[in-house]
Amino acid sequence: MTHPIPPGTRDILSDELRELRRLEATLREVFERFGYGEVATPTIEYHDVLARGDELGAPAAYRFFDERGELLAMRSDMTIPIARLVAERFATDDPPFRFAYLGRAYRAIRPQRGQMREFMQAGLELIGPDAPDGTAEVVEVLSAALDAVGLTRAVIGLGDADLYRQLLDEVGVTGDARQAIAERLASHDLVGLEAEIHSLGLGAPEREMLVRVPAIRGGAEALAEARELGGAAVERATARLAATYEALQQRGVAGRVRLDLGLLRDLGYYTGAIVEVYDPAVGHVLGGGGRYDEVMGRFGRPLPAAGFALYLERLHIAQTEEERIAGEGSS
Amino acid sequence: MIRSGVSASRPAGLGGPLRLAVPRGALFGGTLELLDRIGIDTHAARSDSRALVFSTPSLQLVTMRPSDVPTYVEAGAADVGITGKDVLIEQHDRVVYELLDLRYGECRMVLAARTGDRTLDEDERRLGAMRIATKYPRTAERYFESTGRQPELIEVKGSVELAPLVGLADGIVDLVDTGRTLAENDLEIREEIARCSARLIANRVAHKLRAAEIDELVGRMREEVGA
Repeated sequence: MTHPIPPGTRDILSDELRELRRLEATLREVFERFGYGEVATPTIEYHDVLARGDELGAPAAYRFFDERGELLAMRSDMTIPIARLVAERFATDDPPFRFAYLGRAYRAIRPQRGQMREFMQAGLELIGPDAPDGTAEVVEVLSAALDAVGLTRAVIGLGDADLYRQLLDEVGVTGDARQAIAERLASHDLVGLEAEIHSLGLGAPEREMLVRVPAIRGGAEALAEARELGGAAVERATARLAATYEALQQRGVAGRVRLDLGLLRDLGYYTGAIVEVYDPAVGHVLGGGGRYDEVMGRFGRPLPAAGFALYLERLHIAQTEEERIAGEGSS
Repeated sequence: MIRSGVSASRPAGLGGPLRLAVPRGALFGGTLELLDRIGIDTHAARSDSRALVFSTPSLQLVTMRPSDVPTYVEAGAADVGITGKDVLIEQHDRVVYELLDLRYGECRMVLAARTGDRTLDEDERRLGAMRIATKYPRTAERYFESTGRQPELIEVKGSVELAPLVGLADGIVDLVDTGRTLAENDLEIREEIARCSARLIANRVAHKLRAAEIDELVGRMREEVGA
């Protein structure tokens, strides 16, 4: 007789948990240092309440009825529950709100290394301050957190969720074609993207701009490179990204930030700046975040907001790989 | 110096040359030819059929089954890889960048049935579902779903052409190159599902952290294949 556990879940034994707890303590210390108090919210919420915020986000995959027949759901991230918390518990308080969390979330993904259906997220939300300063503060704390856990080689990719939509507006791509292009971009299919763009019957300069801009990534020079391709249209579409980058430079954290004009996040609630975290020792994204200026409004408290979440298990894997590499280098 | 063997345990992220997953099988020849044309020494990969890892000054080559390429690239065990579009369609939930159509290994994913035979349509009409044998169950499932049909899919591993001949299935979803195998088995193409060819793919993190090297590789390959 066997006693299985559901796919995508796992037991964590003492050696691993000891290291995970150490990692959590380090992150908690960084969050506190920047004025982000930790909060905890229920793992289960009313499905309707979650759906209010994450209509565009990761849909809650695990749902069930309680004893009164109410539909409940396991949260798929922490951003929506904290948006709810701010709207409910701080309805009459003045922003800014700074909250950090370390908690479990649930998604019905294909389980693989560092990517389980039940996973730990560590992150924070900054509600109130607008772009670009709010974004820059969030990136600064993210950068400090990566340093604190020893991932000094980690890189933060910075993009803009609306950039490509705006470019499509500039050249007047609408309807089905727009949808098809968005899907190609979301699935990282640059071959399909190029084919879709070529089928639009645009002039060569516009075509070139739509094909090449999402492939541009790098330091400050990336913006200049993009503008060379598209002139005023690109200038307008990248203005916000440029302002964010400038704010990061002022805070002195632009050094580890790589601009990525094709960056997209899986969650649809992002507006404006988006970030993703990479470490050269591992092939998976360690976390990400961005601005979600329209989510708070859905809870009756319209406020600009930004945040990030790191996947704790993946951070741990990256730490281990980095230690291994450092060990090989010194031996 | 050309080094080969399985000693290369370096994680892809450690630096050194980019690691490229090279498909063995039908795409092997075309891939080595392309690599030769962009100035990569594939001599070792051609001569030693048992070794799996080949180092050249500009690129480390690791050879594997085409259907394993997305697995290695998604996990970052290879930075970049070459595989067929058919593999990418079948494994569409793998998160990798598809960077370039390499224009060789061209073939089609099709729905085929016995020449002149009406069973396919009749079973759909009278029994509610056609029976389709395939090695590409997920591709077939999504294709029929997108065209509003509900077939009974039968997954087989070997020669799919056999299934309709002996009555296991009414039709097949399979990859067709010249169409000769189909014709020899008295099968004909009924619907074209997708056009496939070799594709260059990249790991999501490598695409960001090794942007310059990957763009340079894409540029050289693009020039050769005229894409």
